[in-house]
Parts: sequence; C-alpha cells; structure tokens
Amino acid sequence: MDTVGSRRRLRGRAAVLAVVAVVALLASACGAGGRPSGEEGGAQPGLTPQSVKVGAHFPLTGVASPGYSDIPTGTKAYFDYVNAHGGVHGRQIEYVFRDDAYNPTQTSQVVNELVLQDQVFAMLGGLGTPTHSAVLDYLNSEGVPDLFVSSGSLLWDQPERNPQTFGWQPDYEIEAKIIGKYVAENFPQAKVGLFLQDDDLGRDAEIGGRRFLDRQIVAAERYTPGNTDVAPQIAALQAAGADFVIGFNVPSYTALSQLQSLRLNYDPQWAYSNIGSDPALVGSLLARFSEGAVTDAGLLDGVITTEYLPSVEAAGDPWTQLFTRVWQEHGTDAELTNFRIYGMAEAYAFVQALQAAGPDPTREGLVAAVEQSGAQMEGPWLAPYRYSEQSHAGISGVKISRIVGAGTEDLTPVQVTDNGDAPITPHPGPASTPPANGIPVPPTG
Amino acid sequence: MQQFLNVTLTGLSQGAIYAAFALALVLIWRSTRIVNFAQGSMGMFTTYLALIVIEGTGSYWLGLVVALGAGLLLGAAIERLIIRRVEGGPELSAIIVTLGLFVAIQALAAILFGATFRSFPAPFDLRGMMVGGVNVALTPFSVFVIGSVVLVMAALVALFRFTDVGLRMRAAAFDQEVSRLLGVPVGPLLTLGWALAAVVGSLAGLLIAGGSLVYPAYMDPIIVYGFVAAVLGGLDSPGGAVVGGLAMGLALSYVSGYVGSELVAMAALAILVAVLLVRPHGLFARTAARRV
Amino acid sequence: MAVPVRNSESDEAGRSVPPGRPRPLDVVRRWLPRSTFGRHALLVLVGAVAVVLVLETTSPFRNSQFATLSYYAIAAAGLTVLTGLNGQISLGHGALMAVGAYTTGLLLGSAGPPPLILVLVVAAAVTAVVGVVVGAAASRLHGPYLAGATLAFAIAVPGLAIYFDGVLGGEQGMQIDSPRAPAWFADAIYFLSANEMSGAKYLAYIGWATLLVVLLLLANLAAGRVGRVWRAVRDDEVAAELAGIRPGPVRVLAFTVSAACAGLAGAVLGIVVRLAAPSGFTIVLSLGLLTAVVVGGLGSLTGALLGAALLVFLPPAVTNLGTAAGLSGVAAAELAPLVYGVVLVLVVLLAPTGVVGGVRRMWQSIRNGAGRSGVGGNGRERS
Repeated sequence: MDTVGSRRRLRGRAAVLAVVAVVALLASACGAGGRPSGEEGGAQPGLTPQSVKVGAHFPLTGVASPGYSDIPTGTKAYFDYVNAHGGVHGRQIEYVFRDDAYNPTQTSQVVNELVLQDQVFAMLGGLGTPTHSAVLDYLNSEGVPDLFVSSGSLLWDQPERNPQTFGWQPDYEIEAKIIGKYVAENFPQAKVGLFLQDDDLGRDAEIGGRRFLDRQIVAAERYTPGNTDVAPQIAALQAAGADFVIGFNVPSYTALSQLQSLRLNYDPQWAYSNIGSDPALVGSLLARFSEGAVTDAGLLDGVITTEYLPSVEAAGDPWTQLFTRVWQEHGTDAELTNFRIYGMAEAYAFVQALQAAGPDPTREGLVAAVEQSGAQMEGPWLAPYRYSEQSHAGISGVKISRIVGAGTEDLTPVQVTDNGDAPITPHPGPASTPPANGIPVPPTG
Repeated sequence: MQQFLNVTLTGLSQGAIYAAFALALVLIWRSTRIVNFAQGSMGMFTTYLALIVIEGTGSYWLGLVVALGAGLLLGAAIERLIIRRVEGGPELSAIIVTLGLFVAIQALAAILFGATFRSFPAPFDLRGMMVGGVNVALTPFSVFVIGSVVLVMAALVALFRFTDVGLRMRAAAFDQEVSRLLGVPVGPLLTLGWALAAVVGSLAGLLIAGGSLVYPAYMDPIIVYGFVAAVLGGLDSPGGAVVGGLAMGLALSYVSGYVGSELVAMAALAILVAVLLVRPHGLFARTAARRV
Repeated sequence: MAVPVRNSESDEAGRSVPPGRPRPLDVVRRWLPRSTFGRHALLVLVGAVAVVLVLETTSPFRNSQFATLSYYAIAAAGLTVLTGLNGQISLGHGALMAVGAYTTGLLLGSAGPPPLILVLVVAAAVTAVVGVVVGAAASRLHGPYLAGATLAFAIAVPGLAIYFDGVLGGEQGMQIDSPRAPAWFADAIYFLSANEMSGAKYLAYIGWATLLVVLLLLANLAAGRVGRVWRAVRDDEVAAELAGIRPGPVRVLAFTVSAACAGLAGAVLGIVVRLAAPSGFTIVLSLGLLTAVVVGGLGSLTGALLGAALLVFLPPAVTNLGTAAGLSGVAAAELAPLVYGVVLVLVVLLAPTGVVGGVRRMWQSIRNGAGRSGVGGNGRERS
C-alpha cells in the first residue's frame, strides 16, 4: 500500500469511469440512431397477398412424440392439398411446425421463434396442456390468434382472460360426462373403476364421470405419465372388485393396461376415452405379440369408446375417403393414421376460419370470424363447435361406440352437452358430407 | 391379500430386469472402474435391431441372437474406440463421455428407427398362471425373465471366480500397471469386459421390451433404477446387483401400488441416499474404501 | 493461505510487472484497476454496457433468445464452479432450478407479491438450503456414485410437483405472472436508446443483470481463498487435509453456492417462460447444462457463457440445417440431441479443456512465440 500503488489505483478508477462514460455515450448515440424505422401501420404479420403463415408446436422428439408427431404431418398434407387447389383467397398457406419435445421451456422458446422470427399470422393446434400453458399468456398479450389447441383441457375456454385462444377437441369433462351417463343407464349394477392419467386429463375426466357415476365408482387409480409399470394400479383396481373400468389415458397406456390385466387374469368390461382408444394404434401395438398370448388383434374387441372424428378404418366414410386421397397425393410414404386425420380435420377447420375472415384477414378478424361463424362450421367432426363470444370451447359432443375387430359399431347416436350440469342431448341432423373438391365452401354473404 | 401377492410378483419380475441391468453395470465397473451411463441406450439400440430381425424373419430367437451379437460388437467397439482414451484418466471424463454416448445413441435410434411406439413380442405366454385355483401375476414370460437373469448371474460369478480369464480381468481392473508387469494383456481384457457387459445390457433391453412397447427412450427409467440397484449391492458384486435389483423392484412396486406412482423416483432416491450414507460403497462391497 | 495447489497459477493479484520488459499488453494492464475485484467489476460494467447495446439493437426474437441464454448461463456458471473448481459432478442441477422456479412461482402468485429483487434472493436462498442438504449427502460420494445419486435426484424432484399438485399445479404446472418493466426503467432505456421497452426485452434485462451479478460474485469467490481451497480439495484431497482443510464442509459450501446459482437460474427461467412445470425440468435439462460447461471449458466462467450460448443457438441452427438437407421434421428435430452427444464425446476426447482452454492454449503459444515467457496473468482458470 505505498503511495505509488494508491496513485495507480486512483488512475485505474479514473480509467474505469472514462471507459464507462465513453461507452455509455456511444451506446446512446447508437441507440438513438440505430432504431429500425418502425413497422408500416396496418400490415399483418405473416400475411402477404400470396401467402399466409401458420405456426404450431408439437413434440417431435422425446417421450411424448410417438403418435403425436404424426399430427402436424396430416395438417401439412391437407394444407398442401388446399394450396394445390389455389389456396385460400388466393393465398398459399405456409405451415411451420417446430419441436418442443413436450417441454414447456422449449415451447416458450419455439413459440417466440414462431411469433417473432417466423412472424406467423396465427397459431394452429399447438399440442399439450403443460406445453401450451407456457405460451398462453404470451400469445394473448401479443394478439396472436391461437386456434384449435390440441388438448382437451378446459384452460382454452376462457374468452375474457384469453380472447385469442380456442379449444378444439371435446374437452375431457364433457366426454367423461357422456360416458358416465351411458354407463349409469346401461350398466347400473356395475362396480366402476377409473384408470386415470395423473394430470388435467384424469382430473377433468373424474369430475365429469362422477356426475353420473359417483355412487358406482369403487376405485380411482392414477398413473404418472412416463412410468410404464402400471401393474400396481391394475392390481388395485382388481382388488377393489371393479368389473367395469374406464380409462382416461393416452394410447400407449391402453396397451400397457391391457397387457397388465392379461398378466393378472383380470377381465372387466373396459372403456377408454377417445384419446386413448385409437384402435388402429393400440390394435397394431397389441397385434404384434404374435408369439405370445395375444394371438389375435381382438384384445380390444368389445371395448367401449367414444368418437368425434371419422376413423381411418371406416373405409365407407366419405371424409375418410377424402383424407385418404389427400394423404396419397400430399402425404409421406407412411400410413394414414387417426392422428393424421386429426391433424387434417384441424387444418380443415382452420381453412374455414380463414375463409370466414374474408379476403383481407386481420388477426382480430380471424378471431372474430371464429366467434361468429365457428358454431356453424361443418366438417368431419361429428358434433358442432361451441364457439361464440362467450365460449371458446371446441367440439360439443361424442358418440359412444364399441370396438369390433378393426372398426367400431355405434352404441348411441352423437350426443352433445356442455360443461357443468348442462344436460346431455342427442345431436339432431344428418352427418355432414365433404364438398366434391374436398375444400370447404366459403360462406356466402 | 391377492393385491399384495400380485404387487409382489410384478415387483419381482420388474426387479429381475433391474438386476440384469445392474449386472451389466457391475461388469463394466469391475473391468474398467467406469459406470457406463450409455448402457441403457446401447441395450435399446440392439433391441431395435432384434425387432427388425423378428419382423423380417418371424423368429424371436434369431432376433435374440442378433441383439446379443450386436451388443458384443457394440460394446467392444465403444471400448476400443472411445472409452480406451479416457480409461485411467479423471473420473469426470469417463462419466461425461458415457453421458454423451447415452444422448447420441438415443437420438441416432430415433432418426433411424423413428420415434413411434412399437410393440415387442415375447417368446412365451403373457397370461398370468393359475396356481391352486388362484390367479397369480406370474407369467411364463416373467419366469423366463427371472430364469435368464439368474443364469447370467451364475455365469458371471463362475467367470470371475473360477476361470483364468476372470481372474485376469479382476487383476487388470484392480491395478493396470501391476497387471501389465505381470504379463496380463490388459487392453484386450478391458475390451472383453465391455463386450460382455454390453451383451448383458442387451439382454436386459430385450427382457424389458418383451411383451411391451419400445421407443427410443424406453430404457431411461431403467438406467436410474438399475444404477440404484447396482449401487445398493455395491458396484463390485454381481450377487449384490441381483439382490439390489430385486429389492428395488419390490420396493418400487409397493410404493407405486400403495403410495402413488409419482413418488417412485423419490423412493429410489431415498433408498439410494439411505444406503450410501450408511455404507458409501454399497451393501455387499468387500473392498475397503479406496482413497482416490 | 499457503495451500499446496497443484496447478498454482491462481495468485496473481499483487504481482508487479517485471521492469524492463515492455510488452504490448502492459500498457493496457497499467490502466486496469490493481485489485482483482476492481478488475472484475470493470469487466462487469463493460459487460453491462455491452448488454444494453446488444439488447437495444437486436430484434425482439433475439431479445427473447438472450433472455433464455441468461438463465442457462447463470446455472452453467454455478455448475462450472462446482464441477470445474471443486471436482464434484452434478446431474441434478435441473432439479435445483425447479426449486428456484417453483419458489418464484409461489412468491409471485401470492397476494401482494414481494418486489422482484426479493423474489430472486429468496429463490436463491431456498435453493441454497436444498443445496446444503444435497451437498451434505453428496460430500461423502465420489465420481460415479455422486453422478448416479444426483441423477436420481433429478428424476425424483419433478414427481414432488405432481404429488403436491394442490400447491404446485401438478403435471400441467404453475403459471407465473412475469413482472412488467417499472416506469423508471423503461424511461431510462428510452433515454439511452430511444427504444420502447417490450416484455421480452425487460425479461432479458432481468436475466442479464442477474447473470452479471452472479458472474462478479463467482469470479471473486474463485479468485480468492475460497476458490483456492476448492481447487486444493479437487486436486488432492489427502494433501488438502494435510494442509488443515476439512474436505467435507468445503464440498458442501461449493455445492451450496452452486445450488444458489441454479435457484437464481430457475427463478429467471420461471419469469421468462411464465410457467414452472415438471416436464420443464427433466434430465435433459441437467444433461444440457453439463454439456454447456464441458464444451465451454470446465471451471471457466467465460466457458459457461459460451456453452450456454451453444444450448440456445445450436438446436435451431442444426434443425434448420437438417430440414434444408431434406430430412423430415421429426428426424431433423432429433439431430440436435445427436450433435450434443457427439460434441460432448469429442470435446472430452480431443479438447478436454473445452473452447476456452483451447483458445487460451493457442493464445499462449502465440505469445510465447512472440515475446518469450508466458508468466503473465493469462494462465488463470477463469475469465
């Protein structure tokens, strides 16, 4: 600590100050001069006279990707089909989907990229409850239309809080309500067990199911997604004496629960919600055990499920025929699956919404168009949407069916309802048929 | 009562799989003092190869042979080309390299084989057996699983205890320099250790897959639980690995069945920490703690 | 003080420049503050100015990427100190980040949330407490045992969020209200740059301010007595013990400091992502952090920063390359983890000191060639 040292130190401090001052000056100079010259007023992000850009996030990698990674390929195929037929109002639909690995942190990053970098006009079909929750506030605060979220959670139906966000598929609660009522009426003596995924899927479904079945439920077992050993849950259902088990789970767990019951010689009447029943997927999973006990694909035979879209096995359905044609023309070499039909149906609905928004759509206009004309949109879905200014809830009902071989047979007509204690009523009217060219007819007037 | 019995039996067959995986870890630990975090990915990869063969030929057993053979080659190649360069170096390097392999192999499998669920056949009946008029959750396939694991353990114990090669492998692992001076071909023995371990790992991958679904990440939980099982028994002890594996299978099955399946991983952690705090080198470790 | 350190390059604080050997750098060095803290503070100030410059001149998307970069970098800085300086590996830092993120969510979600700075401090403190517990268990473990135990920790913690779903929101997570920029801050930035404050930019400012503070504190810690003791324990536990150091508490301290950083990182993550959910804190996150510190260069804070940048900028670049090369969306998305894994292996095999180590070696060989001895202050282990 000699004087030379402290003098040096003082000089050092002065240097620091000088450097900081100079750089700060530079910074302010740069800042004031370097500002980009603002955006032209009125221009819509992602929209040109020739194109409209649509974004989505899906799990393309990681544990959740099997099955779900098919959905965007279906959406893309249908958009390509529409583009080949001239697009919507002369605009080609540019569809950008990015991988979030079912990780909300990554969803936040890729949606930032979609909105700020790719400048999408709207989001379509972002998949997953935890993942999409992470971007819900962001999309709404940025004013990005957030159409047709691929999840049955009730979170997407909050028009006051999230005016840009719309649900799409029947939410888990109404689906469980409709199943519950069917079981209560047709199996009044059954001891019902619930096999639930331990997240919003299982929770909402339990609320809906207990509305009609509370008295009959003898056990509710929850599994954690990712833990593939469901033996303890199945054993508990068996021990509780449940002879009618309703599963609200994803498809892989349908296969796992069936295999596990086989191991336990447990043979209740099974019902699976739509999300877990995909007969094509589960059937192909189970049919492959040819050297083991599962010698026929019939393990799922007689299982009760619900449907709200035509399935890939319904070869006679005109919608399935349309989607098969679209997939042949614009899809990949892989097979058409129910996941891809799901993606195409979302794309079909989006094309309708875009048509309804008019030749010069704006983001506000697109949201308004869904609120106003969404409930009248006709398409492959079996029951109408519940869209209005007060409701952003998706498809309003399902039909109960039974799996027979590779296909299904109807047990009830399509039934519609709403959340809470809204009554369940049959949906009137004939099923819709696709227009000849496979592209929705724009609303007139 | 029946629930308890069934939870116990499924826990045992699950535990046999953890044991097989733990055996593979023990084998590599004994030969190179490395914990191979890529073991699960390697087993997953060879299981996919088996699946391709089974789908092509329809023969489970041919697939099994292919998977085990591929495991042998894969283990030897990885040791010779990659691990050799970090052996004897800082512990950290080896851990990071195997973690890197774990990530890379899994991503490669997803690119090559796709990320969808695929079902994997089992060579035996998947239906639970009837014993004295009572259904028990023990299937012919789980008997096969348990039998294979016991067989592999016995073979390994015999290898290390009664054969010349086994003795040399132990020597090479214990002190490379001294072994070299004594004329033990250390390099080839280490390669052999990895190759054998990869065969056992591939077997574990096949046994887990049998009668269930495979996707590139299907071995992830097994890596953790198998590791905990190996540590429970002491990384040096094949017998300990089997006991540890069965104990893990039972404990986790009970936790999942009676407490909640979301706490299974927490239970594994609790068991691991409890054991390590009492016996930092596992329940069955015989070697004194080595100061590194 | 006189701890036997194997690579004893650390003490350069009071060294005077040998007379009569003018080197080009000496001119610069004379203008720098003499104390280590002063030099670090200067660096941080320069860094702060650079941050303002960069954030004000880049697009909102880049701003959001920088916000992401900041929380990866905070966690990586904490991890690199633990692994690089103290030799403890942790695969559980993702879980520690979860602790920080959930703490932040609970605090910001409470009625009358405390000021942001307090939230960050509490998140760091809570995680530090968890760090003490984990560290105490970890201090008795070595190498693979430690790796496995922290791996189990990483897998186990997210399950707690599902078990206590009433408080923590279960699988679908806990929404976090991210704070808005206070008026004075927006005014200050407007004054400097004539730019309006956007949400993403404010979050990036929070992240980078936190990061710079963390870097300053860690750099000083690493340069001082604590850092030397950590290195001593890392290099030779027995020798350290002979020198009167008790390795146990030293390890626990290192783990605690590192955990506090992870907690801060988690807090920033929570604010930036607006959500804390179990699926955000999988083992992938922990492995990513490890990749960052290894590739950047173990023990180097600059390396941690570079590694974190890699985590943010590499995946989109690789995915786009894959798509451009004609891969399907799914295959292209898997390219990023493949590249991570391969890079991790290659770095350990070919450049064990990471990017920073490699650059430093090059720099030293250049200097040695030009002006003989390499005794200057450049052999340090940190930036």
